[in-house]
Amino acid sequence: MEQKNSYRAGPDEKGRFGLYGGRFVAETLMPLILDLEENYEAAKNDAAFAAQLEDLQTHYVGRPSPLYFAERLTAHYGGAKIYLKRDELNHTGSHKINNCLGQILLAKRMGKTRIIAETGAGQHGVAVATVAARFGLPCTVFMGATDIERQKPNVFRMKLLGADIRPVTSGAGTLKDAMNEALRDWVTNVEDTFYIIGTVAGPHPYPAMVRDFQSIIGRETKEQMLAREGRLPDTLIACIGGGSNAMGLFHPFLDDGEVDIIGVEAGGFGLDTPDHAASLAGGEPGVLHGNRTYLLQDDDGQIIEGHSISAGLDYPGIGPEHAYLRDTGRVTYVSATDKEALEAFQLITRLEGIIPALEPSHALAHVGKIAGDLPADHLLVMNMCGRGDKDVFAVADHLNVEL
Amino acid sequence: MSSHSTDSPRIDALFDRLKADKQKAFVAFVTAGDPDLDISAQILAGLPQAGADIIELGMPFTDPMADGPSIQAASQRALAAGQTLMGTLDMVRDFRVTNDTTPIVLMGYYNPIYIYGVDKFVADAKAAGVDGLIIVDLPPEEDDELCLPAMAAGVNFIRLATPTTDDKRLPEVLNNTSGFVYYVSITGITGSAAPQQQAVADNIARIKNHTKLPVCVGFGIRTPAQAAAMAAIADGVVVGSALVDVIAETAENKAETAEEVLALASALAEGVKRT
Repeated sequence: MEQKNSYRAGPDEKGRFGLYGGRFVAETLMPLILDLEENYEAAKNDAAFAAQLEDLQTHYVGRPSPLYFAERLTAHYGGAKIYLKRDELNHTGSHKINNCLGQILLAKRMGKTRIIAETGAGQHGVAVATVAARFGLPCTVFMGATDIERQKPNVFRMKLLGADIRPVTSGAGTLKDAMNEALRDWVTNVEDTFYIIGTVAGPHPYPAMVRDFQSIIGRETKEQMLAREGRLPDTLIACIGGGSNAMGLFHPFLDDGEVDIIGVEAGGFGLDTPDHAASLAGGEPGVLHGNRTYLLQDDDGQIIEGHSISAGLDYPGIGPEHAYLRDTGRVTYVSATDKEALEAFQLITRLEGIIPALEPSHALAHVGKIAGDLPADHLLVMNMCGRGDKDVFAVADHLNVEL
Repeated sequence: MSSHSTDSPRIDALFDRLKADKQKAFVAFVTAGDPDLDISAQILAGLPQAGADIIELGMPFTDPMADGPSIQAASQRALAAGQTLMGTLDMVRDFRVTNDTTPIVLMGYYNPIYIYGVDKFVADAKAAGVDGLIIVDLPPEEDDELCLPAMAAGVNFIRLATPTTDDKRLPEVLNNTSGFVYYVSITGITGSAAPQQQAVADNIARIKNHTKLPVCVGFGIRTPAQAAAMAAIADGVVVGSALVDVIAETAENKAETAEEVLALASALAEGVKRT
């Protein structure tokens, strides 16, 4: 039974989380997303679908991912007991695979024969290319030309996996523009194509569906923490671009009022500059990519490109459920700058022998800001949602190291 | 069954007149402020004389998800030249000083209107002389957002019907539609593949089973010959990307832009009127 005042009740039948979400798409796509919604609802209630997904999560992805006590990081800050949810150990190196497996099983179930996706950092693109290879479906990935330049290792991985990479040069050539181009492809290839959206955004049912597939992160965390410490964590922290890893961790805890939940947006060069990607801190509600949410935009409603050191976070919007959780106050949203993320990246690499992606480095930067002031029995969980192999070239560049 | 609007008579009057004359409507699309405000205003002012029965004026947006490269570029040129939504409404107001008959339909995406403020926008648009709205990312599921306020203010809300709009869905799409129905001839973005005449004819017949509104066809129609073929089976024909491409092609010599665009508009209008 849903609790009456549950934070987990959304979306409503119009796909809304309060004011946010919805189905703001062209008529051509409308029948497709209604069809998707119907098929997803059916799959959700199908035990065989759940069993197949669980089998793949166990044997293909390597779930459950460990909940690791970061002993040296904890000692370094001298406060809260810091745990890392190790989703960077998943097959393909990030949480993105959780969602891609769910969606490709749905695509197969719906008889779709072609996969498309957008990608920013390339983590979602790699995960999509991976599941497409695994299930033998042709796959086209739209990626901004700027991102292709700064994420070369992932571009090559996708090509090895057999994906067709389409560089997108419109706009600033980043994630937002890649998503526009994927939508243009979908509207053209309506019969055979399944669009695997990588984050908790887009038209209904995507925000809810991606959240559901990612919620395994939070469900495991809950179980693991109860087994390990005998109680729920006190604080959850995750980075946010579109917000899928964060929503996956947060959602199972939303009705556990004693758990503090913090999302960390990309602060870029700082919130006092125009160059950041913090849509909640620096944006206004608007409509883009099928949903209403907070967007970086000017006074005329034109969308502004986000900036972040991390290609996975520089999206000018955020999942609509995050917008709702911000307005209700259930989740606290903060930001970390490029510089802070880069410092956190180096710190954890040296202290824990874990090279994180630049995205969770933002979350880690915020851990560093609060952990020292918290008591030793305070249980803090940070979602280590991706590993940093893809970022070593970019980081070397920022540190002025020539490889 | 949808009914004709009584509050925004220009579109209804036009189709009544065309029907009496056994003529079809030529709908010309250009983006407001492309390549700049002056030339765009010249094009707008010249379109009725060139044979445009309805002007579809694009409201530029940074992320035109249903548009192909031509109209994306048009939006970018207009925004780079400083076009705003308020500036677009001013263009319509200026146009109305000398022309009170040619219907103007604004086409675009919801976000700039949402930020402008829906109630203020429909009031300002009506006052400026706007007759209808085509908002790509507002399907009937989101009618509360803008469609109902626009209709209440006497501005037609013109819906897109597409090849994926099946018979089950058509009544919902046609409900709250007024002015005319815009049939999107292909699954795809503007300015891409050319439509197949027979498939379009079948779909128009299907739509006409559900409504008495005129049906105009757009997407992928570039030449006078294609316009003529579509005019034979529809109540009107929309051409956009081909006109906008002329603006791009004359970017080096803007003195010729308006004249060249209007020359193509004349040729397209002749194609439409050939039937």
